[in-house]
Amino acid sequence: MRRALAIFLVVVAGLGGGGRQGRAQTMSLHADLSSYLIAITTGFTGAEVVLFGVTDAPGDIVVRVTGPAMPLVVRRKEPVAGLWVNRRSMRFEDVPGYYAVAASRPDVLTAHARLAARLQLGVDNLRLESVTTAPDPETKAIFRAALIRNKQARGLFPEGVGEVTVFRSNQTRLFRTTVRFPATVPTGKYKVETLVLHQGEAIKADVHILSVGKTGISAEIFEFSRLHDILYGLAAVTGALMIGWGGAAMFRR
Amino acid sequence: MQVYLPVAEMAVNLFALMGLGAVAGFLSGMFGVGGGFLLTPFLIFLGVPPNVAVATQANQLVGASVSGLLGHWQRRNVDVRLGLVMLAGGTAGSLLGVLLFNLLQRLGQIDLAISILYVALLGVVGLAMVLESLVSLLWRRRAPLPLEDTAGNWRSRIPGRMYFPRSGLTISPLLPGGIGFVGGVLVAVMGIGGGFVMVPAMIYMLRMPISLVAGTSLFQILFTTAGATLLQATVNHAVDVVLAFCLLLGGVVGAQWGIRLAARVQGERARLTLGLMVGTVALKLALDLLEVPVEPFTLAPARLP
Repeated sequence: MRRALAIFLVVVAGLGGGGRQGRAQTMSLHADLSSYLIAITTGFTGAEVVLFGVTDAPGDIVVRVTGPAMPLVVRRKEPVAGLWVNRRSMRFEDVPGYYAVAASRPDVLTAHARLAARLQLGVDNLRLESVTTAPDPETKAIFRAALIRNKQARGLFPEGVGEVTVFRSNQTRLFRTTVRFPATVPTGKYKVETLVLHQGEAIKADVHILSVGKTGISAEIFEFSRLHDILYGLAAVTGALMIGWGGAAMFRR
Repeated sequence: MQVYLPVAEMAVNLFALMGLGAVAGFLSGMFGVGGGFLLTPFLIFLGVPPNVAVATQANQLVGASVSGLLGHWQRRNVDVRLGLVMLAGGTAGSLLGVLLFNLLQRLGQIDLAISILYVALLGVVGLAMVLESLVSLLWRRRAPLPLEDTAGNWRSRIPGRMYFPRSGLTISPLLPGGIGFVGGVLVAVMGIGGGFVMVPAMIYMLRMPISLVAGTSLFQILFTTAGATLLQATVNHAVDVVLAFCLLLGGVVGAQWGIRLAARVQGERARLTLGLMVGTVALKLALDLLEVPVEPFTLAPARLP
């Protein structure tokens, strides 16, 4: 009798838990971007993309944008005979070219601290690996912090947590956030993730790919300079000769 | 209005660029110097990566030197034979310079190298100019040319002999070749024409007739910078034509103003001003090297292994 009751309770608990999961599956999250392509044209000074969406899942809405990863070297200047010279350096692999987080609450990283660490959410949780042997963990931490600071100064790792504006109507929420890219933004594919965090889990996710590329004359010049480098060099020399000659000829009247 | 530089991968104010080019052109029209010594540090200061700044400067110098060369050519003030020998040295020098530049970049020491070279070069040249023009101004006579070689004819001890009819010189080709070589290295590593160094060397070391010096040095500079541009474009992919052409457009306008003003201003005063400007730039670069940096850490893309 007691055994049957135990089994019965386990089954009910299981059903209850499964019910929660089942409820999450019937909930929805849809996100969209105002633009899926950022075209770097001749007058490019940066860009803004609006992410918007709707969800009826409970929890905190988080948006993360990650740019293409690349290896970087961080160098530190130290005084050598009075001159400040680059000395020690550390190489970091897979550093995102851009990294931004926005959320419907500003303290999202502390409110979901363990989940954020697991998802590498937030700059401090980014696993920036270094192949250079660091003399001690403090030095590595200093270099890592310098890497983040430099990226922040260039607007490539926007500081803090951005704002996701939420409009609620009963169970359904409409949300939007603006992602800002500086002029120095690297080209490539960016991952735009929208997450709903609830009770220590990311219960919903929607992922989009945003492309940043050079278009127009700038792109063509760039391509030409790489693919047909000899012709490009000759064109550069010829063009300079023509401008120099022409300018002098024009004024010699 | 901003213009996006495709190779430098950044946006710059178009008018600032043209203005910068105009200032450099003005200096070249007024004094006959390339103006590159100002442009390269300023471009780097604007945020242009050093390799793009130096490589694009080579391109810009092609345009900046052609009009001056034409003028001298029409007056038959170019010793082509000597110029070709210097050019051979210049090509070798720029090749070595490009390789040296690459090495320094990989070591992460290119900024330091450029700064030190500029401080040394500009410091010496600026000081020399200030002193020379002060002497001329205060004592109202030409600065005395160095006496005939008291050290004996050291030129004849250098191997090789070549006759240069236009200048009337019989010297080893290694001499002008060596001077051209140094000029070539300077083009590739610093993005300057090298005229600063070559002109005094041609006057004092080769003893060329002064009327031929400017034209012949421009001849060397034009072809060396053209070669350096090709090298940089193919080896380093660092030449940004948009940047070069914007600077040149400002440059041709500035050069005309400079040429016009040169006729009206007393030579010594102008040289004094230039010497002071050059000295100030050298001083600023030296101070930058010595002062505690606000941000001692810098980032650079790592070479793929």
